[in-house]
Amino acid sequence: MAQPILKLTDLRVETVGGLVLVDNISLELQRGEVVGLIGESGAGKSTIGLSSMVYARAGCKITGGKIEIDGVSVRDLSPEGRRDMRGQRIAYIAQSAAASFNPAHTIMDQVCEMPIQHGLMKKDEAEKTAVDLFRSLGLPNPETFGNRYPHQVSGGQLQRAMTAMAISCRPDILVFDEPTTALDVTTQIEVLALVKKLIKELNTAALYITHDLAVVAQVADRIMVLRGGKMIELGTTEQILMKPENPYTQALVSERKAADHFDEDIEEETRGETVLDVKDVVGQYGDFTVLKNVSIKVSKGETVAVVGESGSGKSSLARLIVGLLPRSSGSVKFGGKELSTSTKERSKDDLRRIQLIYQLPDVALNPRQTIGEIIGRPYAFYFNKSGAEVKARVAELLRQVGLPEDYAGRLSTALSGGQKQRICIARALAANPDLIICDEPTSALDQLVAEDILKLLKRLQDELGLSYLFITHDLGIVRRIAHRTAVMLRGEVVTEGPTTQIFAPPFHPYTEKLISSVPEMRTDWLDEVLAKRKVI
Amino acid sequence: MKILGYKPTATAWVGMFIVGAFIFIAIFAPWVAPYSESESVGSRWEGFSSSFLLGTDQNGRDMLSRLIYGARMTIGVALMTTILSFLVGTAAGLLAAIGGPVIDQALSRFVDVMLSIPLLVFALIILSMFGSSIPTLVITIAILDSTRVFRLARAVAMNIVVLEYVEAARLRGEGIWWLMRREILPNALPPMISEFGLRFCFNFLFVAGLSFLGLGIQPPHADWGGMVWENRGAIVSGLPAPLWPAMAIAMMTIGVNLVVDWILSINARPSGASAEM
Repeated sequence: MAQPILKLTDLRVETVGGLVLVDNISLELQRGEVVGLIGESGAGKSTIGLSSMVYARAGCKITGGKIEIDGVSVRDLSPEGRRDMRGQRIAYIAQSAAASFNPAHTIMDQVCEMPIQHGLMKKDEAEKTAVDLFRSLGLPNPETFGNRYPHQVSGGQLQRAMTAMAISCRPDILVFDEPTTALDVTTQIEVLALVKKLIKELNTAALYITHDLAVVAQVADRIMVLRGGKMIELGTTEQILMKPENPYTQALVSERKAADHFDEDIEEETRGETVLDVKDVVGQYGDFTVLKNVSIKVSKGETVAVVGESGSGKSSLARLIVGLLPRSSGSVKFGGKELSTSTKERSKDDLRRIQLIYQLPDVALNPRQTIGEIIGRPYAFYFNKSGAEVKARVAELLRQVGLPEDYAGRLSTALSGGQKQRICIARALAANPDLIICDEPTSALDQLVAEDILKLLKRLQDELGLSYLFITHDLGIVRRIAHRTAVMLRGEVVTEGPTTQIFAPPFHPYTEKLISSVPEMRTDWLDEVLAKRKVI
Repeated sequence: MKILGYKPTATAWVGMFIVGAFIFIAIFAPWVAPYSESESVGSRWEGFSSSFLLGTDQNGRDMLSRLIYGARMTIGVALMTTILSFLVGTAAGLLAAIGGPVIDQALSRFVDVMLSIPLLVFALIILSMFGSSIPTLVITIAILDSTRVFRLARAVAMNIVVLEYVEAARLRGEGIWWLMRREILPNALPPMISEFGLRFCFNFLFVAGLSFLGLGIQPPHADWGGMVWENRGAIVSGLPAPLWPAMAIAMMTIGVNLVVDWILSINARPSGASAEM
C-alpha cells in the first residue's frame, strides 16, 4: 500500500481538567479516499477532525499519539511549520459558514487571504483563481460574487464560498465538519453533490464528519463509528449500512432506516372536535409579510405537522397562534372561542390551554432556577396551589416524563440536552394544556435521544388526549408521528391533508422535491437523484 | 480554600485582607481606637510617639483614632450610597429592558440628560442648595450614581429578555415584577456584583473628594477626605500628617479593586486555557 496521506496513531485528546475526549484512535487515509466519522454529540468527531491539523480547542490538549501528514510527524513541527501546513496541506470546512466568515470583510478578501498569506499567489492572481472557483462551485455571477459581504448571500451559497476558501490552496486533505447540518434538505443536496464532485476532481483525501448516516453514505468510502471518544466500528460504507457488527451501530442504522417508513397508528379516519381553528391569517414583520392567508385546523388528540424549509414561515405561524406575532387579518379560534391577537390581552385560562415547547432546551430553561421551580411555577400560577401540592405535582410530572423525582432540587444546567427537553415537556404539561405547539423539539438532539422524546410525546398524547401542532423540517419525524401534514412554502400552505396522502402519489410538486431531497440509506442515492433532476 | 466555588488568586487574598481589616476597624471603632474621635489629647501635629502612634492632627487629636473613626464614616457612607444606587439603578434598568419601548425610551433619555451634566458640578450645586447632612449626601450621590448602574443593568437585561425562558414566562402570563425578580435578576447578578465593587470604589473616592472640598461629611466627624483637607497645612512644614488619611484612601481603593478584578476574571474566564496552536 502507498504511504497514507494522513495517519493518526493512538491519538488521545484530554481537557485541561483531565477528562478524556478522544482515546486511542488510529486511522489511515489514502489519497483520494473519503472516511466518514459518525457519532452523536460528544463522540469526539470534531475533536478528531481538528486534531488531524494538530489543533485543539480552548481547554483541550492533544496528550498522546502520532499525527503524520505524508510521512511527516506534525506534532514535532514548530508553530511556524504547523502554520505552513494548515491551509496548504490540510484545510477545514466548518459547520456554520455564517459563524466562520468575518462579517466585516467581503467574501473575496477572505477567500484570497489564505493563498496570499502563504505566499503562493499575488493578489490579482488569487482573485482570478477565486472567480474560477466560484464558477466551478456553481455560485451565481462568479465575477461579482466575491464583492458581496457574507450576510448578503444565502446559507447554501456561503457554505460553498467557504469550500472555495478551503480549496484555494489546493490542499491534500479536506476536513468537512458537518458542512450540511445547518442547511435545508433542498440546499443540502446541492452542497453534497458539490463535495462529491470536488473530491473526485481534485483527487484529495477527506474526512467527512456528520451525525447523519444517510449523508455520509453518499460521499464516504469507509465509515468510522465513534462513541464517547472511542472507536466503535470501522468498515466500508456498504458493510456499515448493510451488516453493522456492533450493537450501537446496529441501533443507529435501524433507527435511521425507521425514519423512511410510516408508523402504523398514524392513520385516523375521523377527526374529533376541532381544538384550534386558524383561518386566513396574515402575519407581518414590518413591511415583510411572513404569513399569507394561512389556514390550519387541529382536532382533539391529533398531531398536525407543519413542514417546510427555513424561512417558510412555520415558526412565525406558531408565534402568531400564541400571540407573540400580531395578525393583521384572519382569525384564530381555540375551542370555539376567538383569541385576542396579543398575549397580553388573553385571559389566564386561554394562555394555560396552549403551551409551547422550544427547539433549544438550553435557552428555554432559566439556568438559575431549580427544576422544581421551573415545573412547579405553571401549576402554582394557573391553579393557585402552593407548598406540598405543588411538590407532589412536580414529582408526578417528573415521573410522567421519565425522570427521577429527586431531579426537582437540581439546576437545569446539570442535565443533558434530552433531559432538558423532558423538563420543557413537563413544564408544558404542568399547565394541563389542550394543545402543545412543538417548535422543532428534536432537531437539536441526537438521533437516539430524539427518538425517545418522540416516543414520550406519543405516549403522553395517548394518555392525556393532547393535541400537537408539530413544527419540523424533518420529514422522517412527520411520517412517524403526524396524523395530518401541512406543507409550507414562502408563507403559504401549499398542501394539507392526512400524512399518508401527502406522502403518497400524486404529490404536490414541492412536496415531491422535499421528499426526494431527504437522503436515503443507500450509497447510490445521490447519483440517482442528481441524474433524475438533470433529466428534468 | 474556595469562596463561592472558586479559588481566589493571591492578589484577591491581599485585597480581601485589606478590605476585611478596614471593615473590622470600622465596625469596632470605639473598641479599637485608643482615643475618642474629637477630643484634643495633645498639641498640634505632634510626631510619632508611644502614646500617639501616628502623631496628632492640627487640633491635637490622635491621628490613629481619627483614621479609625474615619473608616467608619467614609466606608459607611460609600456603602450606603452604593447599595441605594444599585437598588434604584437595577430596578430601573430591568424595567427599561422589559417594560416596552415607551418606558425604555423615557428612562434612557432621562438618564442621558443626567449623564450629560458633570457629576461633581451637579453634586456641588445640590449640596450647596440643600446643605450637607449625611442623608442628603447619601441620596444625592446615590441618585447620580444610579444612572451609571442603570446603563449596565439595562444592557445586561436586554440580552436576557430575548431568551426563550423569559418568553415562556411571558406566555404563561407572568407580570413584570415576576419577570424582573425571578427570570432576569438572578441571571444578571454576576456582572452586577463586580460592578458593585467598582461603583463602591468610585463613590468612596467621590465622598472623600466632596469632603476635601468641604461639602461632604462635616466636622467634627472624622472622614478620610476631610482629614486630608484639614491637615493640608502640615505638608508645607514637611510633616506627614495628611499622608496618613490619603494612604488609607489609596489602600482601600486598591483592596476593593483587587477583589473586583478577581470577580471579573471569574465571569470573563472561558471554560479552559487557550487553544493549543
